[in-house]
Amino acid sequence: MDTLLEIKGLRAGVEGREILKGIDLVIRAGETHAIMGPNGSGKSTLSQVLMGRHDYEVTGGSVTYLGKDLLELETHERALEGIFLAFQYPIEIPGVNNVYFLKAAYNALRKHRGEPEIDAMDFLAMVKEKARLLEFEDDFLRRSVNEGFSGGEKKRNEIFQMAMLDPRLAVLDETDSGLDIDALKIVAHGVNSLRRKDNGFLVITHYQRLLNYIVPDFVHVLVDGRIVRSGGKELALELEERGYECVEQHAAA
Amino acid sequence: MSKATDATIDHFVKQDYKWGFTTDIEQDSLPAGLNEDVIRAISKKKGEPEFMLEWRLGAYRKWRGMEEPRWANLRYPTIDYQSIVYYAAPKSKKDGPKSLAEVDPKLLETYEKLGIPLHERARLAGVAVDAVFDSVSVATTFKAQLEKAGVIFCPFSEAVREHPELVKKYLGTVVPPGDNFFASLNSAVFSDGSFCFVPKGVRCPMELSTYFRINAANTGQFERTLIVAEEGAYVSYLEGCTAPMRDTNQLHAAVVELIALEGAEIKYSTVQNWYPGDENGVGGIYNFVTKRGKAMRRAKISWTQVETGSAITWKYPSVILQGDDSVGEFYSVALSNMRQQADTGTKMIHLGKNTRSTIVSKGISAGHGQNSYRGHVRVARGADGARNFSQCDSLLVGDKCGAHTFPYIDVQNPTAVVEHEASTSKIGEDQIFYLTARGIELQDAVNMIVNGYCKEVFRQLPMEFAVEAQKLLGVSLEGSVG
Repeated sequence: MDTLLEIKGLRAGVEGREILKGIDLVIRAGETHAIMGPNGSGKSTLSQVLMGRHDYEVTGGSVTYLGKDLLELETHERALEGIFLAFQYPIEIPGVNNVYFLKAAYNALRKHRGEPEIDAMDFLAMVKEKARLLEFEDDFLRRSVNEGFSGGEKKRNEIFQMAMLDPRLAVLDETDSGLDIDALKIVAHGVNSLRRKDNGFLVITHYQRLLNYIVPDFVHVLVDGRIVRSGGKELALELEERGYECVEQHAAA
Repeated sequence: MSKATDATIDHFVKQDYKWGFTTDIEQDSLPAGLNEDVIRAISKKKGEPEFMLEWRLGAYRKWRGMEEPRWANLRYPTIDYQSIVYYAAPKSKKDGPKSLAEVDPKLLETYEKLGIPLHERARLAGVAVDAVFDSVSVATTFKAQLEKAGVIFCPFSEAVREHPELVKKYLGTVVPPGDNFFASLNSAVFSDGSFCFVPKGVRCPMELSTYFRINAANTGQFERTLIVAEEGAYVSYLEGCTAPMRDTNQLHAAVVELIALEGAEIKYSTVQNWYPGDENGVGGIYNFVTKRGKAMRRAKISWTQVETGSAITWKYPSVILQGDDSVGEFYSVALSNMRQQADTGTKMIHLGKNTRSTIVSKGISAGHGQNSYRGHVRVARGADGARNFSQCDSLLVGDKCGAHTFPYIDVQNPTAVVEHEASTSKIGEDQIFYLTARGIELQDAVNMIVNGYCKEVFRQLPMEFAVEAQKLLGVSLEGSVG
């Protein structure tokens, strides 16, 4: 199978403080990986580093995406190459219309692939189709990006964008946090409908609950900037039952 | 902000003024300096009637006794008013190039880069309009339409000669010749500008922008504009252009007077993109403008401005709400990048009963720019039921710029309702990261955020102009962020 992402000995931190202390991870096409871990273990840092946020400094290791050195690419280039980050805290952008923003992103992608801009009517039809998937009302399309959205709407909007942009590798950063069970089901349904043989998912979560709906192929436990255990989906259940303390002790030993 | 983004900011902030260029043109000029003889000479060259000369001289005598105001939050070297040339007419059309073929190819190249439409290029290059097929037909159509409606729209100097009774009746009734230092200077030496008169009950059949932008004369550094809308009339006027203005004068002091009689409406939109100077603050236009409108009963005056140019901007488009139930509006986007400084805002003077005013000001500071909002809301004793709403937002791009707000509120009537909201925000790293993470390039992301922030104001501009204004803001901001 094709390797989408290969992370080797990745070390990164912020303001001289090391947060990721040597991460190794391989995601192949068609796979869904879950990363679980307690607060402060470095889960979100990993997602931000993969997306190229400048605040984080990579101090060691390598990340290869589809054979390219990912760390050499700017944030927008990573997106254009097919990486998508569903944000833990989606940002409000006042005055910028949701659809306008999406269209700009979508056309940037087309341009990158050497395709012409999408026809406005075709785009709208696609928007409506994907909006249905996430059970969005039409009025949300007229609103500004995330402005006045509830927590659940913001998360749904992330998955909606993901559906529109159709990435090769999607990183979901605590997409379940702040979602009630109904919204969680909608989001999970959206994600599952996008899973294919040629793309991959990295689902970052604190709780096992999301993984009942988005069933991963692999589960990794991140503690203090290192993956201390990897396993199948049953590992998530074990963690749920016994808590992170057991793996932390395990890691310390 | 991180080091990486600082570097990006530096890189972008150091970009050149894309639309700047210089040209040497032969001019018919008076010697530098200002005295009564110079004013007489100006008036004579323009073939003005006696009353106009007397008016100019009266303004000059007032000006001599005045001091240059220094209360604004602006820093600039002392201006030597005796070293300025007060009259420099552009070469007459007869001497000008007859067609684009005779225009300096370098100038044409610049227009090409800016994507200025062909018919506009000719005008900007100073080609005699008669020689340009495209615009002559368009302009003639417009002229016929305006005449049919009874609208007078012509260069100010022409109005002085052709419609002296109207000029005499209205000139200086809103901005008197002794109003302030710069207005007095303008009154003494004004070069040219526009005059517009819309008779009773007439709705001007077109946005005066269209006509104006094709046909505008070179108005010089002391522009004077007078717009009168009689009872129930309506006019929308657009000043300025996103294209660069050919200009060798550093000091500009314009005056604009608007008069809206009972039930009339005047909508005045400005896009100003004069040379802002280089990144060290060298060069650039000093722009000291007095703009004021007077609204009679049930009249409405609306100012919309997008200010991205000039090294120094001193400008407070204001409305005197004289008649009962009159309405005043001010929508502004002011951008200060590099070493630009802007001290701008508005005055809403509520005199009539149930008068209403709205102020929406969006300041953007980038580079080493300094942006000040200065607003004055005054409710006079007799202005029962007056209402004002002010919203002043400042957006900071980078960490070397500044934003300041100076709201003055003076309410003498207990029934008045005055609301003021202000906010200052820094363009968010989070917002930029969010947009770039969706594949949008850094600069496009910044433009998107800034345009979103200015949306309320752009909405007030005539449609096609709103689109141009957005692009202009993009170019002016180019690379100011990381």
